[in-house]
Amino acid sequence: MTVRIVDRRQDSRNKSSINRSRFIRRFKGQIRKAVADAITKRGIRDLENGEKIGIPGKDISEPQFHHGKGGVRESVHPGNDRFQQGDQMDRPPAGGQGQGSGQASPDGEGIDDFVFTLTRDEFLDIFFDELALPNLIKRQLARIDEYKRVRAGYTQSGVPTNINLVRTMRGAAGRRVAIGGPYAARLRGLLAELEQVLDEMPVDEAEVERLQREIACLRARAEAIPFIDPFDLRYSNRIRIPEPSTQAVMFCLMDVSGSMDEAKKQMAKRFFMLLYLFLNRNYEHIEVVFIRHHTAAEEVDEDGFFHSRETGGTIVSSALKLMQQIITERYASSTWNIYGAQASDGDNWNDDSPLCREILADSILPMVQYFAYIEITDGEAQNLWQEYEQLAVTHAGVFALQRIGAASDIYPVFRELFRKRLA
Amino acid sequence: MTKKRSRLIAEGSDWTLESIAQYDTEIGRLARQFGLDCYRHQLEVITAEQMMDAYAAIGMPVYYHHWSFGKHFLETENRYKRGQMGLAYEIVINSDPCIAYLMEENTLTMQALVIAHAAYGHNSFFKGNHMFKQWTSADAIVDYLVFARNYIAECEERHGLDAVEQLIDACHALSNLGVDRYKRSPPLSLEKEKSRQREREAYLQAQVNDLWRTLPRHDAPFAEAEERRFPEEPEENLLYFVEKNAPLLEPWQREIVRIMRKIGQYFYPQRQTQVMNEGWACFWHYTLLNTLYDEGRVNDGFMLEFLQSHTNVVYQPPYSSKWYSGINPYALGFAMWQDIRRICERPDDEDREWFPDIAGSNWRETFEFAMRNFKDESFIAQYLSPRLMREFRLFSVLDDDSQAKLKVDAIHNEQGYRALRRNLAEQYNLGSSDPNIQVWNVDLRGDRSLTLRHFAHQRRPLSSASLVVLEHLATLWGFTVRLEHQQANGEWALLAERKSDRRKQGGR
Repeated sequence: MTVRIVDRRQDSRNKSSINRSRFIRRFKGQIRKAVADAITKRGIRDLENGEKIGIPGKDISEPQFHHGKGGVRESVHPGNDRFQQGDQMDRPPAGGQGQGSGQASPDGEGIDDFVFTLTRDEFLDIFFDELALPNLIKRQLARIDEYKRVRAGYTQSGVPTNINLVRTMRGAAGRRVAIGGPYAARLRGLLAELEQVLDEMPVDEAEVERLQREIACLRARAEAIPFIDPFDLRYSNRIRIPEPSTQAVMFCLMDVSGSMDEAKKQMAKRFFMLLYLFLNRNYEHIEVVFIRHHTAAEEVDEDGFFHSRETGGTIVSSALKLMQQIITERYASSTWNIYGAQASDGDNWNDDSPLCREILADSILPMVQYFAYIEITDGEAQNLWQEYEQLAVTHAGVFALQRIGAASDIYPVFRELFRKRLA
Repeated sequence: MTKKRSRLIAEGSDWTLESIAQYDTEIGRLARQFGLDCYRHQLEVITAEQMMDAYAAIGMPVYYHHWSFGKHFLETENRYKRGQMGLAYEIVINSDPCIAYLMEENTLTMQALVIAHAAYGHNSFFKGNHMFKQWTSADAIVDYLVFARNYIAECEERHGLDAVEQLIDACHALSNLGVDRYKRSPPLSLEKEKSRQREREAYLQAQVNDLWRTLPRHDAPFAEAEERRFPEEPEENLLYFVEKNAPLLEPWQREIVRIMRKIGQYFYPQRQTQVMNEGWACFWHYTLLNTLYDEGRVNDGFMLEFLQSHTNVVYQPPYSSKWYSGINPYALGFAMWQDIRRICERPDDEDREWFPDIAGSNWRETFEFAMRNFKDESFIAQYLSPRLMREFRLFSVLDDDSQAKLKVDAIHNEQGYRALRRNLAEQYNLGSSDPNIQVWNVDLRGDRSLTLRHFAHQRRPLSSASLVVLEHLATLWGFTVRLEHQQANGEWALLAERKSDRRKQGGR
């Protein structure tokens, strides 16, 4: 008698995933807050991964009736190396070596944060909870230029290359059985009859001949059933379904003039990062174009974008012009969803600001899904802001602008910019 | 096939299903030789991830869903991934057939250890010990859990996740005071549960309605001084009381309370026999595998690996170590069983004086008796020997909050043995470590408030979490809930009160 051994390794994993999602559902409030904290504290690359989250242990404790501290307690411990009966000693400080009572205090105080790791998807889900990209409509409804072919069952007509042999032969076999069945049954009956007649003495020749004729006739009819009939033919069917465009390009425009210090750049970086992550959730393929500018604009890679320092004045329109140029050169096709994000401290040559507004209004905004401008400053609004404010009115829904004072403002601003808008 | 080679059961450290089966056969043969009486068992090979899943569900193969299990899962996963803990090598389920999990990562040696430990050690304990016999029905538990999970899932669909979650939260909060300690619960079975559940719903509701029939009567004579208490006898099983008497619970809520109570009851013996049970399993894996070695069926490498794991498991750090977190039940239990065998086989004068009944007796018979008839508290009180107290260098500390200092009131010497043993046994007495809180009265003629009384043990107060628990109780009860405690002068005073009146919130 051997034991029964069951190999469960192939069984469903993640039996606990329901419990896990229940947990996240239950403490969504706290987790959301922790996620928001994590964003403001951490750098870009961590965010691509899951996030370690701490929520107050007190909130999630499971209370039960227990004894608290106090009263009379006896406790027995091993490893006596110095005590004699009657020895007295001070109470060990709470949380010291477990010499006092071994019961952890369920008193609520002193319970550490409950730390756990959210998977990347869980993290982003919470992170982007309630957010929806504006004008996602394009993705679903806008002009569709691409189709893909997918299987869609079988049809009775088509081109010979698409004949599906298995289906066809199956149908043919079924048809042959269905039509030939009655003949076969009668044939069996006649054969049996014939045998009987032949066995009898004397043989009734006329009867035998009649039977044989009938049998021959039946055989001929059974054989006349076609092996394959045009009726049997089945063709694999393929249909074209429209494929929504799922690629996006994101333009990051940033002022790198002398007035943008490292802290402001870091803030801008976070904003871009959030936008990137968000787009990442919605599009399969995303390209990012980094454009930095002071008095002149240039396209750079990510490293150069965030880490080089230039000095000099600021002409914002140079960057917008470059963006417009790149769009026409590389992303003109309607398969691209274009997003723009601009960060600046608001400094600009006074007479350049109206030009910026014109470029945006006339050539950029009609092409993009969304353009967000954030101004990182705690000072007075300057002329660029004022010009852009007009845009926000005329192009509501496509253009948005916000001001950010400190790093902790980023998340609320982000939510504000991309919050779910009523259709 | 040379003679020497054929003796070994299997070689190498990688396991295969065949080699596991061979080990099981051999270990089973020895276990029968030793006279272990086990349920049939089934070995299940699982991955580390599944082991963590199993952890979250307290090892049960099926379990209802609740966020707290998700929390435990996250906790385990987090600690495991950071390397702060290894997973247990095994989980074994008290069911018939007994299910033992083998983790994929284990080496062949470890699998053999687990088989001996779980499939024969724990298994025979589950089958033999009176606590398990009395409180659990191994043949029905898996069925019951299936019933429970389906029922709760159905309720979630019908009444919403939040309502069910709130109810289960409340039950969990009361679960340690939701067990019968003194009388046997009827056996659970899926068939019976299903057929009876509907009947019970109707019947219970009718019963509860009796509470309602005694509507407050304004013209009743005011001085009905000796008003009858309800319940007439205090009830210590809070969940039972709620299930049977809470006026506002819907039938499905009542059923869930019952499920929680039943499951809590199922785990109650485990809490009470930790030292014995783990010690027993350790004793048997140690004995069985050593016997295999003596027979030449396993080689030295196997034994070295096995002993390393074994000693890790039964290590008891001293109180001053930074690893110290109380007495290790594996260490204490294993040492005690080993010691009992020693007393039986090689008693000295001290043993004859302390244990006249068992010194020199047949160790297997003594073992059977001890395993069947005790729980941790009584087991220690009965069998902890002075020699073991010396080996563990036990000492007992008195912490009286009315005194400025802690006092060592017994150590491992002639004067201290008995006190030490009594104190250690008391430490495993759930009756005194769980607070004694009982349902005292329901104000039937007034506001239907429920009054609980806390009977303090050694002046120990309740922890502050009790207030939250009281809140949970109030949601179950539906009316005001009060908690009283006894003051120094013997009078009962109100400790806490949670007002609740579901009727007014449009509940009905």
